[in-house]
Amino acid sequence: MALSDLFSRRRKDGRAAPDTGPSSAPVHPTKALARFLTSLGSRPQPLLLDLGPVVGTNVTFFAEQVGCKILVEDLLADIDRHAREGKLDQLPAFFESRFPQEDGTVDGILCWDVFDYLDRAAAAALARQMVRVLRPEAVLLAFFGTADPRSSIRPTYTRHVVVDRSTLQHRPYAAARGKQRPLLNRDIQRLFEPLRVTEQFLLKTTLREVLFRKPAAAPPG
Amino acid sequence: MWKRDEAVKPTSGQPTPAGPGSLGQQQAGGPAAAPEPRRQQIERDVVNIGKSVVIKGELNGSEDLTIEGHVEGKIELKDHVLTIGPNGKIKAQVFAKSVIVLGEVNGNVTATEKVDIRDGGSVDGDLVSPKVAIAEGAHFRGSVDMQRRTAPGVQGAAQRPAAQPAAQPQGQPQPTPQVAQPAGR
Repeated sequence: MALSDLFSRRRKDGRAAPDTGPSSAPVHPTKALARFLTSLGSRPQPLLLDLGPVVGTNVTFFAEQVGCKILVEDLLADIDRHAREGKLDQLPAFFESRFPQEDGTVDGILCWDVFDYLDRAAAAALARQMVRVLRPEAVLLAFFGTADPRSSIRPTYTRHVVVDRSTLQHRPYAAARGKQRPLLNRDIQRLFEPLRVTEQFLLKTTLREVLFRKPAAAPPG
Repeated sequence: MWKRDEAVKPTSGQPTPAGPGSLGQQQAGGPAAAPEPRRQQIERDVVNIGKSVVIKGELNGSEDLTIEGHVEGKIELKDHVLTIGPNGKIKAQVFAKSVIVLGEVNGNVTATEKVDIRDGGSVDGDLVSPKVAIAEGAHFRGSVDMQRRTAPGVQGAAQRPAAQPAAQPQGQPQPTPQVAQPAGR
């Protein structure tokens, strides 16, 4: 490689830095992800269910950090499709049959902020399914917005890209449905019963991170 | 640095041996073969299944393959690269060394080296491979099982020592860097 090539490459890199591509998307701290990973990592060959859009780096990250098998079920795409077809009222029934997994077979679930886009009935149906497929002692991580969504803003979904155990990059992309009214804390707890809230963080970004754990099955008799 | 640059220049117009198939061709062609026929032979080593071709059944091979047509059944390319082109539609179980998806795959994909779903590519099925890259803009629904190479006692293809890096078909778009590298490492 010629010396001039080196310089030209460096100049090119310098120009590329302020680009507004995915790498310039905002980065946010996360407190709950590390706890989630710790819980998941304590299990042998865990099965992780990811309800967000597929992100290649996340797949690699979770597979390498935790050694888990990852199941990607992009529910935002499902919500989007229902919104476009005007069939949002069918979402609860859709969720009831959406997950073929057997009861108690999943070790961790990443819900990201999917619940923010659902009305009460659909959220309840989805939460029921999550509780069903979770293994006892398994964990579920969900994010909930606490600020009222502004209707004037064009709706977006967020692709959560794991940068490291304590940092997430939020990459917004166009959505057919905006966020719904935020759930209150007690509503969140009721929604996921009998799961227990083990960690809860309210971040400066007004995002509430909640880590749930399914209680161990009661001993027979 | 300058010397190395000069050393590269004369060969830049010639093809580099891209995959295992090219090695075989070198032997067949002999050392005295002219560069142009050699290039043609190497190009012939990547077999194409054209847009209008429909295959139902089992597809086995021992060379790199690009599919632009429709295949239903089972595809097995042991130690070779399978590329599903943008027009390719696969409804099959796939086994190969590396699988690059630019078209549509409906079925489970097992690769001993890497599965690479590029922008516009679509996979509905389970992936089993030590390396998986999914580009932004790709569609994927299924599970990903990246066997750990270092896992003791695990018998699997992932444990085999990689003889050479995954051959990338020439002329294919490179994956975006954000998908190729694990985050936060």
